[in-house]
Amino acid sequence: MEFLNALVTLANFVLIPGITYGSQLALGALGVTLIYGILRFSNFAHGDTMAFGTMSVILFTWLFQSWGISLGPLPTALLAIPFGIAVTALLVLGTDRVVYRFYRAQKAKPIIFVMVSIGVMFIYNGVTRFILGADEQRFADGERFIIRAREFKEMTGLDEGLTLKTTQGLTVITAVIVVALLFWFLNNTRTGKSMRAYSDNEDLALLSGINPEHVVRVTWLIVSALIVVAGTLYGLDKTYKPFTYFQLLLPIFAAAIVGGLGSPLGAIAGGFVVAFSEVGITYAWKKVLGYVMPESLEPGGLVQLLATDYKFAVSFMILVIVLLFKPTGLFKGKSV
Amino acid sequence: MSQTMRTYLMFAGVAVLIIGTGLVQSWNSALLILNMGLVSAVMALGVNLQWGIAGLFNVGVMGFVALGGLAVVLTSVAPVPEAWAAGGLRAYAALVIGAATVVASVMAYKRARNAWLMIAILIVGFVIYRGVRDPAVDAIEAVNPAVSGYLGGLGLPVLLAWPVGGLLAAGAAWIIGKTALGLRSDYLAIATLGISEIIIAILKNEDWLTRGVKNVIGLPRPVPNEIDLQNDPGFVESAAGFGLDPTTASTLYVKLGYSVLFTAVLIVLLVLSQMALNSPWGRMMRAIRDNEVSSRAMGKDVTFRHLQVFILGSAICGIAGAMMTTLDGQLTPSSYQPLRYTFLIWVMVIVGGSGNNLGAVLGGFLIWFLWVQVEPMGQALMNVITMGMADGSALKDHLQGSVQHMRLLTMGIVLLLVLRFSPRGLLPER
Amino acid sequence: MSTGDNPYQDDHGNHDASVTRRGGESTVDTTRTSGPVTDARGGPFLIGDNMTGGYGKGPDILHGCTISVDKGEIAVIVGPNGAGKSTAMKAVFGMLDVRQGAVRLDGKDITALTPQDRVVAGMGFVPQTSNIFTSMTVEENLEMGAFIRTDDYRPTMEQVYDLFPILRDKRRQPAGELSGGQRQQVAVGRALMTQPKVLMLDEPTAGVSPIVMDELFDRIIEVARTGISILMVEQNARQALEIADKGYVLVQGANAYSGTGKDLLADPEVRKSFLGG
Repeated sequence: MEFLNALVTLANFVLIPGITYGSQLALGALGVTLIYGILRFSNFAHGDTMAFGTMSVILFTWLFQSWGISLGPLPTALLAIPFGIAVTALLVLGTDRVVYRFYRAQKAKPIIFVMVSIGVMFIYNGVTRFILGADEQRFADGERFIIRAREFKEMTGLDEGLTLKTTQGLTVITAVIVVALLFWFLNNTRTGKSMRAYSDNEDLALLSGINPEHVVRVTWLIVSALIVVAGTLYGLDKTYKPFTYFQLLLPIFAAAIVGGLGSPLGAIAGGFVVAFSEVGITYAWKKVLGYVMPESLEPGGLVQLLATDYKFAVSFMILVIVLLFKPTGLFKGKSV
Repeated sequence: MSQTMRTYLMFAGVAVLIIGTGLVQSWNSALLILNMGLVSAVMALGVNLQWGIAGLFNVGVMGFVALGGLAVVLTSVAPVPEAWAAGGLRAYAALVIGAATVVASVMAYKRARNAWLMIAILIVGFVIYRGVRDPAVDAIEAVNPAVSGYLGGLGLPVLLAWPVGGLLAAGAAWIIGKTALGLRSDYLAIATLGISEIIIAILKNEDWLTRGVKNVIGLPRPVPNEIDLQNDPGFVESAAGFGLDPTTASTLYVKLGYSVLFTAVLIVLLVLSQMALNSPWGRMMRAIRDNEVSSRAMGKDVTFRHLQVFILGSAICGIAGAMMTTLDGQLTPSSYQPLRYTFLIWVMVIVGGSGNNLGAVLGGFLIWFLWVQVEPMGQALMNVITMGMADGSALKDHLQGSVQHMRLLTMGIVLLLVLRFSPRGLLPER
Repeated sequence: MSTGDNPYQDDHGNHDASVTRRGGESTVDTTRTSGPVTDARGGPFLIGDNMTGGYGKGPDILHGCTISVDKGEIAVIVGPNGAGKSTAMKAVFGMLDVRQGAVRLDGKDITALTPQDRVVAGMGFVPQTSNIFTSMTVEENLEMGAFIRTDDYRPTMEQVYDLFPILRDKRRQPAGELSGGQRQQVAVGRALMTQPKVLMLDEPTAGVSPIVMDELFDRIIEVARTGISILMVEQNARQALEIADKGYVLVQGANAYSGTGKDLLADPEVRKSFLGG
């Protein structure tokens, strides 16, 4: 019983939030890794693209809500995602045409692209705040919980309750579907394989008749989809605020690098490593330990390793530790 | 147009912009822009040293600037004796234990190549660290939390905080550089991005050190206080001689005082940077930058040189951060945001001209001027756009209310335009 | 490394792996689109006619160089190091700026085509280095070779496997894990998958053992017998000229000697200067 209670507490406060946050980071990191692999630079505008994409989903959600359209127990935002993706894809493809393409024609060095992406970051940031403001927005509706703590207690007779929010369940399911689709696309379709080929060796892709501009466009499209899904799930699960999304850049970069930049599998692994370390190190373990340990050894304090505000520090420490032991990330990235 | 001529013209243009602000708006605004422009120029100088002559991509400028701010508190604020008595030594002892733990674990790994030993040392060290730290911190933070609740500083003259800020930043840069530049591939960008967030998190959370989000206000100043000046009959008299009322005269006098101090620092750093750039050391740095492989082959220790220039550049950012906090008169950890303190500095360097110290200084002034003035300009623009709209219409209110966000948009556009049409910046390196 | 005058290529020596990826970048402007193709009847099947040009805005490397090959023939380019042999091949394939001269294929002037459109036009190219997708399996390499094809390419893949049986056994292995000789086979196989009318090979035997080299030459002759024209740069000049219908000796980006393979082998000047007596 004690052990089950400990397990439930652990699931409630560490496992479920960790898996949810990890899925969101993984989707974000996949976008970073795709751009790094194919366009060869780290996109500093990633967080702000996410903020923009989520904003368009929010606007569509509000529109649908005003029309009285809803998905019943599911959040209306799910219905708005395809529209949000379309708008974001237009913005991103337009940016590529007007901004990045010029530098490809110049054969600019990747670091120039990084600087350009900083400019794009400023612009997206400004545009998002201009349209929706810098404040927090709520857009979740529908049923809030799949499992409520009280019902769980009644059902199982345990002292500890387990809560599973709809958004958490949705996040994990959606992430699994999206990731499966992405891997199927990259490994089994002609276009997906041509993206991998282009990432591997641009000149040889050219010599195989692959059109590089097409590859670049498809990449931006996929990135838009990934990023809008990631941003919407994060916003539903937690809250939407442009600055928070900008700040997600660090854990997302950390996840992509820990996993091995350029490796999609690595991005997913990295997302979970970073998420679990953040949640685990900033969680107060007192309750869990209280159940597991004999009474005499029960901890006096909260057993919280670091204050919650240090979560970015955790991403970074994990990054350094992994890179010290595996300089190319967990899954051999393309950087070496 | 020769490069020298171009430099003169550009700086003359910036001077016109600032003097124009004085004539059109007010001299107070002009001096505000000038002072923060001077601070920005110093920051840009530091980043330019790293990027321009060594190609180091530091996206953690904010962290070094914040460390400069911390230095002001630690150096100049009067110590809080009760807090020290409550656990000052113990808190610092905990810091030493923490540092020793990290050093020991690194040593253990380097000597013994044993990851488990390293992890064991880290865990034991962490437990001891928390055991020593937590009671001390609780005690310190309990001391009169409304006004202090922290240890305070050393009570030394505030000007001393500027070099101390440089030293703090240099120390942090040494640790980051040792770690990130020593890895098999170069991971400096992500390392600096991460560490700057960590530094801000520390400033926000370690209340015993910085008062955290409660802020430290009323920092000592290197220039006289406005109120004191206004109460000084001699000052009022000479102000009247210039035809100024005492209030305006005192604020102008104080701001001018800062301007003089900042200009002195900027000139010293600029001269040193220029001398360094043209010295054999500077030539070697550029040789490494332009062809690292052959420089290595010629026996140059590239990693060490990169570390060196990274530390120097970060120290300059630290000095600038200390200057800025002195100017503000308060340390507000929550005001440090990467867009403002990291990426904006990058815009300054790129727009000014990477690799050219004068370019970085120019970029510092120009971009800061824009940053401040975009808002009134945007307001004017919005007024024109919304002129035809009905008062109280939702769109009009929204547009009027969003003027503040024009700033970021403008910075992005300026950066993209420069990167496209003048990628070497307004004042190119050669 | 800061390179030349192009300010967009000045990276200040930065090679920060956490923000930029190195390796595998294209050497040509990938955003270019093809210009018009005009009729130009007569002349050899493929000819790079009087080509002058170099990389980007850099100096000219080729000076009025002419190279041609007829249907089913093997043409070989030989010459000292730095003579511009590889450059001439890339010029024929549209991978550098040809400032003067023209490239014609099968009665059409294709000078304005991009490399990827030249593939569609029926040309195949095996570069000297980085000529396989190392992170992809052997079979995926061949599939990428067939990227432009809309018909069933399975039979072609079988032909390639028949030509290089070892590849059939290794088809699920990442190509980067293969030996040097096997990699060259993958490279040639990938180029054959488009069913090209002309196959261009840049030093196909570089870095492989003599036995593998003989084997490769045999396979190349086999390919030529199926009616595919072969244009090849070779370091092993003597051996290559022995199988060549036509030979070119390039010196400093210009034609020094040309003739049939046998003629060149017999020419005392050529023997003395380029074939070691």
